[in-house]
Amino acid sequence: MRRQPLPEGALDATDRALINLLQEGFPLSNRPYAEVGAQLGCSEEDVLKRLGHLREIGAITRFGPFIDAAAMGGAFCLCAMAVPQDRFEDVMTLVNAHKEVAHNYERVHHLNMWFVLACDQPEGIDQAADQIEAETGIAVKRFPKLKEFFIGFKVSA
Amino acid sequence: MSIDATDRKILTATQGGLPLTAQPYAEVAGWLGLEEAEVVARISAMIDSGVIRRIAVAPNHYALGMVANGMSVWDVEDARSEELGAQIGALDFVSHCYLRPRALPDWPYNLFAMLHGATRAEVEAHREEVKTLLGQALRSCDILYSTRILKKTGMRLSKGST
Repeated sequence: MRRQPLPEGALDATDRALINLLQEGFPLSNRPYAEVGAQLGCSEEDVLKRLGHLREIGAITRFGPFIDAAAMGGAFCLCAMAVPQDRFEDVMTLVNAHKEVAHNYERVHHLNMWFVLACDQPEGIDQAADQIEAETGIAVKRFPKLKEFFIGFKVSA
Repeated sequence: MSIDATDRKILTATQGGLPLTAQPYAEVAGWLGLEEAEVVARISAMIDSGVIRRIAVAPNHYALGMVANGMSVWDVEDARSEELGAQIGALDFVSHCYLRPRALPDWPYNLFAMLHGATRAEVEAHREEVKTLLGQALRSCDILYSTRILKKTGMRLSKGST
């Protein structure tokens, strides 16, 4: 994934409007790109061309269905550990070796390692977290999502 | 709430992205030997049941100039946490906001919100805005900046049955 900003002027106002509009949702119809174009005042062909370009330059990371793992019987859990600095690399290797660890970040805090466990079955979360505790001797604090508030992120026009 | 093998095939076929062709659902139907109407009906049912949250784009915050971000965490009154979480989630510079259990005594925070900005200073300014919004309901807060991505594989649906 691109982690550098795009050059100034890489996106025009229509690109930005398209990104904002498509964060809200995409029509379920026979010609959905034409419908999106109608809302933005451009053609179906133009929407397709712009989306392909936005993907190519890395302005968007995904376009498609967002699946709720919990609704499919799976589970996610944000977890955190307070890892002593001199053991950080070793603990990171142990944690990352678990396939349930979807992503892992080092953060500036007493709790300095934050990772997300993603499992097919809800009981897999505690199993993986318990195993990490056993392997590292460090408590794994678990912060399961109780509720999600998502509206989206707006690109300034 | 359950999905069958055909639903799973549709999800597996589209998780890498919806085709950029004029009739994307017809294209997916063609790949799977289904009718377009069936693909649309099944996706619609999965949206209704919550298996699919939405069909949408995910912007790349970094590419769009939002190179600074911080995980802000807030301890707010339980009675108002849902109402305030929804208000934080609606802010332009917040990509996600979650209500999570506290881990007392050392972790008093129950709302988590990812704040984005072009610079660290902008993220801090956004944090002040959230403080103002929370007002009297706020008891304590913190922000955790990331220094390194240690792993990032994302969520992939396995190809198993159901």
